[in-house]
Amino acid sequence: MAKRVESDSKISKPRGSSLRVYLRVIGAIVWKDIAAELRNRQMISAMLVFALLVVLIFNFALELDIVTRDSVTSGVLWVTFAFAGTLGLNRSAAMEEDRGCLDGLLLVPIDRSALYFGKVIGNVLFLLIVEAIILPLYSVLYNVNLFVPGLLLVIVLGSWGYVAVGTLMAAMALQTRMRDVLLPILLFPVVLPVLIPALKASNAFLQAFEVGDIMLWINLLIAYDLIFTTIAFLVFEYVVEE
Amino acid sequence: MEPMPKQLKILNWLTIALVAAGLYLAIWYAPREAIMGEVQRVFYFHVAAGWVGALAFLVAALSGALFLIRRERRWDRVAMSSVEIGVVFTFINIVSGSIWARPIWNTWWTWDPRLVTATVMALVYLAYIMLRQSVDDPDRRARFAAVYSILGFISVPLTFLSIRIFRSIHPVVFGAGDALSSGMSSPRMQVAFFFSLLTFSFIYGTLLWHRLRLQHLSEKLEIQKMKMLSAEN
Repeated sequence: MAKRVESDSKISKPRGSSLRVYLRVIGAIVWKDIAAELRNRQMISAMLVFALLVVLIFNFALELDIVTRDSVTSGVLWVTFAFAGTLGLNRSAAMEEDRGCLDGLLLVPIDRSALYFGKVIGNVLFLLIVEAIILPLYSVLYNVNLFVPGLLLVIVLGSWGYVAVGTLMAAMALQTRMRDVLLPILLFPVVLPVLIPALKASNAFLQAFEVGDIMLWINLLIAYDLIFTTIAFLVFEYVVEE
Repeated sequence: MEPMPKQLKILNWLTIALVAAGLYLAIWYAPREAIMGEVQRVFYFHVAAGWVGALAFLVAALSGALFLIRRERRWDRVAMSSVEIGVVFTFINIVSGSIWARPIWNTWWTWDPRLVTATVMALVYLAYIMLRQSVDDPDRRARFAAVYSILGFISVPLTFLSIRIFRSIHPVVFGAGDALSSGMSSPRMQVAFFFSLLTFSFIYGTLLWHRLRLQHLSEKLEIQKMKMLSAEN
């Protein structure tokens, strides 16, 4: 099902400004991940089933009765997303290793950070899809209204921060002897500054606190997202170089 | 093998002298604290150990960054040695704090911001060590360790800031508050305290030098071994 192969001269000299080329590379990587996932849907289904199982286990682990449910929902959701996210991150990094895909990507004459952003956007998309399915399910199962706009904003911001660090860590972890197992060990201590404001803000929105108070957490979350994304994309090349 | 350099021998003795003086200051010279009693003396070891943990972390992150920029192996050695020392002192910090907390707060542990941050720092250290142990190629190991130490170093203070928004029950030692709740009212206590910071810094420096020397000698030994094995064949 190949497109007609373009002539060599078109492939070796990308046209357009370097910014446009940069954005096109990012877009190409995101599209590659989406296309690969659409074929067999392994990653999303694994993340989804795992997330559902985690929610189920929480039902037994914690007393999710009507009284405690409200205070605990935020924590349950984020633990679920963090664990499901780990699966997705590992799988996404492993896909690059499969058949030397990453080696091929490294041959592209573009700044390595384009690879980083491509992977992060792809990973965030997959995590958001899983979250988009879990939220209504949780709402239905526990009779809690989770469609608070503030909560959705926090989930998007928190997911970005988590994946921004996680993509870098997964790229490292997959190149070690311990492989997948090392990812949570590396990721969780370092990503706490993102998870903590996310948790607090989610909880505040669910329990309908004053928006003025919550803005502090949202600002922290945005600040940390920016800090981590910046550092991660600066050091990413050291992680993937040969 | 190479003998210990003279400066290191002098440093050894200097550090031992500082430790002896510091012990005297902490245990005899500093007065007994009115409210908490003798257990307050843990303070002179606890804070200094925490300081060394943080210092070691900073040195590791800086050495990591230097390695990434310059690609000289010695920066990686400094980073690794610093982390090894730092993780030990972080645990000393946590355990000594816990020992202090039991009679004073009536609990071994509490989830207040500083304790959580100390735990997170210890976990980042441990993750660093596990990462290093898990990579065989020395260059890759050094690169990954450097990247992780930089991220970890940025992350720990941010964690502290996040949690600190909530009120802490950890004693605020300097500045605000009445003399009853702050622990440093007497000038003799301050002398003992700052001296302990100095002493622990020297302990850190001495240990770091020894560890670097040990690593250097061990690498020389490896090279000798390889030479002998290939000479046999």
